[in-house]
Amino acid sequence: MAQPAERTPTLPPYAPVPEGTHAPLDFPGYRSTGLRAPVRQPVILPHRLTEVTGPLLTGPIRPGDDDLTLGEHGEAQGQRIIVFGRVADSDGRPVPDTLVEIWQANAAGRYAHRWDDWPAPLDPNFTGGGRVLTDAHGDYSFTTIKPGAYPWGNHHNAWRPAHIHFSLFGRAFTQRLVTQMYFPDDPLFAQDPIYNSVPEGARERMISTFDLDATRPEWALAFRFDIVLRGREQTPFEEPHA
Amino acid sequence: MSTDRPGQLTPSQTVGPYLALGLPWPDGPDVVPEGTPGAVTIGGTVYDGAGEPVVDAMIETWQADPDGRFDHPDDPRGARTPAVEGFRGFGRAATDDRGRWSVRTVLPGALPVFDALPVFDGAADVREAPHIDVSVFARGLLDRLVTRIYLPGNAEANAADPLLSSVPAERRGTLVAVAEAPDRYRFDIRLRGDGETVFLQI
Ligand SMILES: [Fe+3]
Repeated sequence: MAQPAERTPTLPPYAPVPEGTHAPLDFPGYRSTGLRAPVRQPVILPHRLTEVTGPLLTGPIRPGDDDLTLGEHGEAQGQRIIVFGRVADSDGRPVPDTLVEIWQANAAGRYAHRWDDWPAPLDPNFTGGGRVLTDAHGDYSFTTIKPGAYPWGNHHNAWRPAHIHFSLFGRAFTQRLVTQMYFPDDPLFAQDPIYNSVPEGARERMISTFDLDATRPEWALAFRFDIVLRGREQTPFEEPHA
Repeated sequence: MSTDRPGQLTPSQTVGPYLALGLPWPDGPDVVPEGTPGAVTIGGTVYDGAGEPVVDAMIETWQADPDGRFDHPDDPRGARTPAVEGFRGFGRAATDDRGRWSVRTVLPGALPVFDALPVFDGAADVREAPHIDVSVFARGLLDRLVTRIYLPGNAEANAADPLLSSVPAERRGTLVAVAEAPDRYRFDIRLRGDGETVFLQI
């Protein structure tokens, strides 16, 4: 299939992740990494077609998936909150129409999961999962309840700070992100190895901010959590197209 | 303060043990609908560094259609409706109580190499061997792990593939699925230690 040589279209790659952004995979303070973090160095995968594309999912979203307080038999127990923000890439460009999925513990700090058996009450009206698409400006919003802190067996008297798990796709395989959102001024940060696995200077980006203006009077407190995904490498120069 | 310095990437965190509350979808493993002609099952077991199955992991797959095309505007050849009806390109499967996962898909086509660098002349017929990009999420993984599935029927293309060629020969096998039946491929993932899967830095 020899074809005449022609200028091959180019793909702007995604910019490298700066040092100090993510946690090291091997982080002994978080014990579960011990048997699960790879020991070998990863092999570099240059960004080509499969990496600069990705699923542009618009489902499976049903009405009400953005409101976790709507239980089967009534409203979930707890402090009602609005969690909202903008998804952008590191160039500052908003990421529209991208799927945002969340899951969290209930107000008492218990997950509606068969493996979570610590003695805190379950809430029959709270399953703890939600999903929404960002709008044309990259904005998203959930209504939920503030999750409680919960103990775990990682070390003596270990407690996870209250958090909401977030999962995002962006528009390319390279942009896929799973993270956790925290609440301001949590006294449990200092003893939490998962929060502290992320280098200082970056971990603070996972803390939401209380936003009085977005609070809905007589209804719900509001917390803003903006999310930044990887952006494109700057193209050094413009190239004429064939 | 998440808004002070735009451009600063949001750090990754583990999915933890309870990802099942938020992530799996009923049709997650269906890259193509049931009954699709030519459909195959690709799956395997996820093992930890002690050789034990990982029962709380989730695998995601992303791939081209059988023509090697993506229905995505950033494919420089243009977004195109998939060659196979109902093809989503994306699969998501949580591991079960024996650490097993699987997706139903059709085999991807080969891809031309569009180099990421701004200058790249000639060699327009260099192709990447058919492959599937994979993300692995689990408790104990502070960031996702990325790997690739190649297929055993493509020996010649695999030998010429730029990524596979960059992997030490003795570890290349961890990236190639095993044919168990004409319509079934096994791809086990070993997170750590003996036979550790080659993971990729993107
Ligand atoms: Fe959690």
